[in-house]
Amino acid sequence: MSERVAVRKTYKLFIGGKFPRSESGRSYLVQSSNVSLASRKDARDAVVAARAAVKGWAGATAYNRGQILYRAAEMLEGRREQFVALGIPGDEVDAAVDRWVWYAGWADKLAQVYGGANPVAGPYFNISAPEPTGVVAVVAPERPALLGLVSVIAPAIVTGNTVVVAASATEPLAAVTLAEVLATSDLPGGVVNILTGAITETAPTLAAHMDVNAIDLTGVTDAALATDLEVKAAENLKRVLRPAPADHDWTADPGVAPMTALLETKTVWHPKGV
Amino acid sequence: MFEYAPAPESRSVVDLKPSYGLFIDGKFVDPTDGGSFKSINPASEEVLAEVAEAGAQDVERAVRAARKAYDKVWGPMPGRDRAKYLYRIARLIQERSRELAVLESLDNGKPIRESRDVDLPLVAAHFFYYAGWADKLPHAGFGANPRPIGVAAQVIPWNFPLLMLAWKIAPALAAGNTVVLKPAETTPLTALLFAEICQQAELPAGVVNILTGAGDTGRALVEHPGVDKVAFTGSTDVGRAIARSVAGTSKKLTLELGGKAANIVFDDAPIDQAVEGIVNGIFFNQGHVCCAGSRLLVQENVADRVLESLKRRMAQLRVGDPLDKNTDVGAINSAAQLERIRELSDAGSAEGAERWSPPCDLPDRGFWFAPTIFTGVTQAHRIAREEIFGPVLSVLTFRTPAEAVEKANNTPYGLSAGIWTDKGSRILWMADRLRAGVVWANTFNKFDPTSPFGGYKESGYGREGGRHGLEGYLNV
Repeated sequence: MSERVAVRKTYKLFIGGKFPRSESGRSYLVQSSNVSLASRKDARDAVVAARAAVKGWAGATAYNRGQILYRAAEMLEGRREQFVALGIPGDEVDAAVDRWVWYAGWADKLAQVYGGANPVAGPYFNISAPEPTGVVAVVAPERPALLGLVSVIAPAIVTGNTVVVAASATEPLAAVTLAEVLATSDLPGGVVNILTGAITETAPTLAAHMDVNAIDLTGVTDAALATDLEVKAAENLKRVLRPAPADHDWTADPGVAPMTALLETKTVWHPKGV
Repeated sequence: MFEYAPAPESRSVVDLKPSYGLFIDGKFVDPTDGGSFKSINPASEEVLAEVAEAGAQDVERAVRAARKAYDKVWGPMPGRDRAKYLYRIARLIQERSRELAVLESLDNGKPIRESRDVDLPLVAAHFFYYAGWADKLPHAGFGANPRPIGVAAQVIPWNFPLLMLAWKIAPALAAGNTVVLKPAETTPLTALLFAEICQQAELPAGVVNILTGAGDTGRALVEHPGVDKVAFTGSTDVGRAIARSVAGTSKKLTLELGGKAANIVFDDAPIDQAVEGIVNGIFFNQGHVCCAGSRLLVQENVADRVLESLKRRMAQLRVGDPLDKNTDVGAINSAAQLERIRELSDAGSAEGAERWSPPCDLPDRGFWFAPTIFTGVTQAHRIAREEIFGPVLSVLTFRTPAEAVEKANNTPYGLSAGIWTDKGSRILWMADRLRAGVVWANTFNKFDPTSPFGGYKESGYGREGGRHGLEGYLNV
C-alpha cells in the first residue's frame, strides 16, 4: 500500500462571503504555504462588500446577531484540531472559543448597559441608544494569531458593524481558517472580510478610504505607520482605536470598551402630551 | 405686523472693564508674548473691550498651572469636595444670570430672550448636573475606579459662548481634570466673567485657566505636549486639522463639528406645529447652530401648504436689537460670518434656487441678515450640502419615507435630524434609519444636561451631556 497523497488547501482572501484570490494574482510564501498577497484594489473591494452588508447586519435583531456569533463559536470549537495543526496552542483555541461566546452574549445586552432613558427637565420622552458606526477597518495583531484576531473582530461585529481585517502578515493561516469558520456560521457575506498580505499595502488604503467609518490600529507595531494611518483617518474623521501596548494581555477580560469604541450614541426626543 | 414699543433690557447690570488679561493660575495676568484684540458688539460694531491674545509662552504658563493644580490639588481632592465647588459655580451662575445673559447678548448678538431663557438656564443646569457626578464616578459604568485624564485643552465656538464653556468645563472638572479653555475670538467676554466667578467660588488656582485669542492660540494649545485631552467644538475643517495634529500622541480627542440637519415634515404632521419647529430649527440663534435644521424636507403633497404657512410665520419674526425683549432674530456674530452667509446665499441663487425673505428693515450699523428660504433646491446645490451657519433654509421635497431617509442621510454630516408626523411607528422607523446623533421628533433644538449630544460621521466623535459626557474625560 502506498501512502495516500494529501490534498492541500489553497489559502485565499475572504471578501463578501467568497474566497477569491487577490485580483493582482500575487501570493507570498509564509507558514510553508502560498498565501494571497492582497492589493489596494482588494482592500477597496472588501470595503464595498462590507458597506453592502451593513444594512442587513446592523438591521438584524440583536438576538439574531447573538445567535450567529454563538454559532461561530460552535464551529470554531469543532475545528479545534485544525487550528492546533496550524501551530496554534490548544489553550489559545479554547480562549478564542470562549471569547466568541462571551461576545455573543453581549449582542442583546450592551444597549441596556450603554444606553438608557435620560431624565430631561421637561415634558419629553428622551432615550439614548448605541448604534454601530458602520464599516470598521481592523489591523489585527501579529500574534496571538487566533485569539488576537477573534478579540478584534468579535467586538466590532457583535453590535452590527461590518469589518475589513488586515490579518497577521506573519501568521495568516489562522485568519484564513477562521474565515472558513465564519463562512459556515450563517454570518451574512461581507460582515467579515479578511485580507492577507502586507499591512503596509492594505492598511493605508483602508485608513484613507472615505467609506470607512472607523479604524482599529490594535495590531500596528510600527509607530510611524500608526501615526501615518491616524493622519489619513482624519480626512473623514474616522473613529480611531490606537495600537495596543506591546505587553497587552490578550487573556484578560476585555471589558466593554472594545465594543463601545465602535458605537455611535443616538438620542431621540419626543414631547409628552395629550 | 403690529408695532411693539421697544422693550430693551438694561445694560447697566454689566460692568465692563476697558481691557481684560488672561486668566492663568487663578489670576488675571498680562500676556507674555501675545498681543491684544478688540471684542465688538455685532449689533452696533461698538468696541466692548480690549482682550489679551495669548502667545505660545502664555499657553505654556497656563498648561503648567493646570498641571500643577491637577497634580497637587484637584486630582487628589475627594470627589465630594470637587462637587461642592461645582455646585458653588452653578449657584453663582444662577445668581448672576442676568448679568451673564446681557453680556452674552452684547458680545454675541443673540436675542436677550434666548440668552436669558435658554443659554443661561442650561449653563447653570449643566454645572449642577455634573457637580453631582463628581462623587459618583464609580457608578457611572466606566469601571470601579475610573481615573481622570489630566490636563484638558478645550477650544469652543462663538455661537453659544457660555453654554459651550459649560459643556466643556463641567464634565472635565467633575471627572477630576483641570482645564485650559480658549473661547472664540469674537465672543471672549462671558468666559472672562466666568473666570471671575471661579475666583468668587474660591476654586483652587489653576483648575480653570482661560486663554483668549484666535486660531494661533488654539493651535498652540491643542498641540502643546503637556496636554492629555483635547476637546473641540467648531468647524469640521478645523476638527480635521486637530485630528491630524493629535495623531501619534496619546491625547484623547473629542470633536463636535458641523452639521446639515434635515428637518422632515410628513403630510400627516400638524402643520402649525411643524412650522413652529421649522422656524425654531433654522432661525433660533440666527441659525448659528451646528444642529440647525437647515434642510427642510417636506412631503410633496403638502409642500405648498407648509411653505405658505412658513412664509406667513417668517413675516412675523422681529429682527433687530438683541437686547430688545421682543426680538426673535438678532445680529450675525461677525463680519466674516455675514460674508460667508452672503456668499453661500448668492451661490444658491446662482445655482438656480429661488430665494425669498419677508420684508424686513435691518439696522444700519452692525451685521444683519434677513431670515431667508430657498425653494427649488436640489441635493447637488451648495446650499443643500454646505453648512451655512446662518438664518438660511433650503427646502427640498420627497414622496416616500424611504426617499426622505435617503435624502436626509445624503450628507457627510450626521449631527441631528427632525421628524414631524402624527404616526408613532413612522417616527421610530425613521429614527432608526437617520444617521444622526440627535433625532428630534415633533420638536426641535431641545437640549438638556442629562441628554447626550454629538455627531455621526464628519460631525465628529464623542458625546457631551449625560453619563456619556463623562467618558471623554475619564481614562476608559
